[in-house]
Amino acid sequence: MILAPDTHVPKGRPLPQPPRASQVIDSVTFSIVLYAVIIGLIVYGAYSGAQAMGYNWQWYRVPQYFYTVTDDGFQWGEIMQGLVKTLTLSATSFAFATVLGLIIALLRLSGLVVCTAVSIGFLELIRNIPLLVLLYLFYYVLGPIFGFDRYTASVLTLGVFHSVLISEIFRAGINAVAKGQWEAATSIGMSKGQAYRYIILPQSIRFMLPPMTGEVVHMVKSSAIVSVIAVAELTTIGRNIISDTYMSFEIWFTIAAVYMVVTLILSFGVSIVEKRYAVSQ
Amino acid sequence: MTGGTPIIAFDNVDKFYGDFHALKDISISVREGERMVICGPSGSGKSTLIRCINGLEFHNSGVLTVDGVEVYEGSKNILNLRQEVGMVFQQFNLFPHLTVLENLTIGPMKVRKASREDAEETARKYLDRVHIPEQAEKYPSALSGGQQQRVAIARSLCMESRIMLFDEPTSALDPEMINEVLDVMVELADTGMTMVVVTHEMGFARKVADTMVFMEEGRIVEVAEPEKFFTNPESDRCRAFLEQILEH
Repeated sequence: MILAPDTHVPKGRPLPQPPRASQVIDSVTFSIVLYAVIIGLIVYGAYSGAQAMGYNWQWYRVPQYFYTVTDDGFQWGEIMQGLVKTLTLSATSFAFATVLGLIIALLRLSGLVVCTAVSIGFLELIRNIPLLVLLYLFYYVLGPIFGFDRYTASVLTLGVFHSVLISEIFRAGINAVAKGQWEAATSIGMSKGQAYRYIILPQSIRFMLPPMTGEVVHMVKSSAIVSVIAVAELTTIGRNIISDTYMSFEIWFTIAAVYMVVTLILSFGVSIVEKRYAVSQ
Repeated sequence: MTGGTPIIAFDNVDKFYGDFHALKDISISVREGERMVICGPSGSGKSTLIRCINGLEFHNSGVLTVDGVEVYEGSKNILNLRQEVGMVFQQFNLFPHLTVLENLTIGPMKVRKASREDAEETARKYLDRVHIPEQAEKYPSALSGGQQQRVAIARSLCMESRIMLFDEPTSALDPEMINEVLDVMVELADTGMTMVVVTHEMGFARKVADTMVFMEEGRIVEVAEPEKFFTNPESDRCRAFLEQILEH
């Protein structure tokens, strides 16, 4: 929008300015300064606390766990191997959770009493068991009965736990599509399945993408819990390195940072997809 | 237009929404090629009536036959029947994630299993028919209300339906767009299509209707030819209603 030319002088009385204090508090500079001060205090607190304990910082020993270059050439370190394991575990579990979540959501929305009851029953069962207990159930109880290993138990636990959360995302997304879309699809002779596939689900994706991003990030983070049954993912690797080196401060900071980098990249990637999807509508 | 076999027949049809009695003992029939216009105050059951015809709603008792097929909840023939009955909605209900052309081809391709080439050829033919061939590649949100409603009409026509239902097709339109939609509907009526139209556009009704129906509180109060309906309706309620909407 083109505003009035520079020569234009407003004739009306200027509006009263907000108080000086609120102008300062609302400014971007103030927020940045405040943020920097708070982060600075936390880092300083941790550092000086560690100094007071006489902690021996050995950051120089950390890079070797990312990669090493020896006579044999370049090699990825343990942390990177753990990261790969974390990512494959999360991806597999997420794929499983998505399929299961969609099934639960469709059962719930089917309008058939039995299917709705089954899906609500499953939902409440899983939602009301702590993730850690669920993991123990799968690994120590169901694992021996059905004979699956710790990695499978982890995938099942994470998949089942997140499927109920994802099913709610699907349900909300599907319900967000206007009722008229169903009627239009129905009126041109589409079956319920066709209406879902060609009309309803494609439209609900844009409602589902933002909460799904959160779910992916949540999945990567909650995958850390499988370290209690010693699946060799990032957190387990962290514990192993610490038990070898006693560098608990450095390694936990590093592991936290690796998780953060991964989840930030994921969030950023999905936000680009979201924007593209929004444009194509 | 007299004679001809009934293509839609209601026989003592009743419909309830919970305790609410939406349709009360409806018996009426529509012949092939007949144009029926239904009017009445809001809540009189006229939308419910036409939504029963293609099974968007199901009646609770009585017999409803459309194109020789009985309509009831759970009928195996209902999907096939819906292909023969096109419907145009008050709110257009175009598919916002598909282009205009895709809106028109998805039904024929997925439901009738037509090839893409055939479906697109048909789609372009009907876009011509509703006078917007140049909008094929746009998304519905880029079109005006009148254009969207004409696309919606074309979408139904692409299914090569034998019956077209219109549920207040101009009620959500800005006044200057009403005529472009009504013109398309008049042209459609001229092709001999069987049409059941719920509308308050009495000018349109006079022009195309073979039969006028007035409904109130779930009952059919008056059925008459347009000439008699507009000049000398039998019931006082119908007369009062017409006076109200024709006053302006």
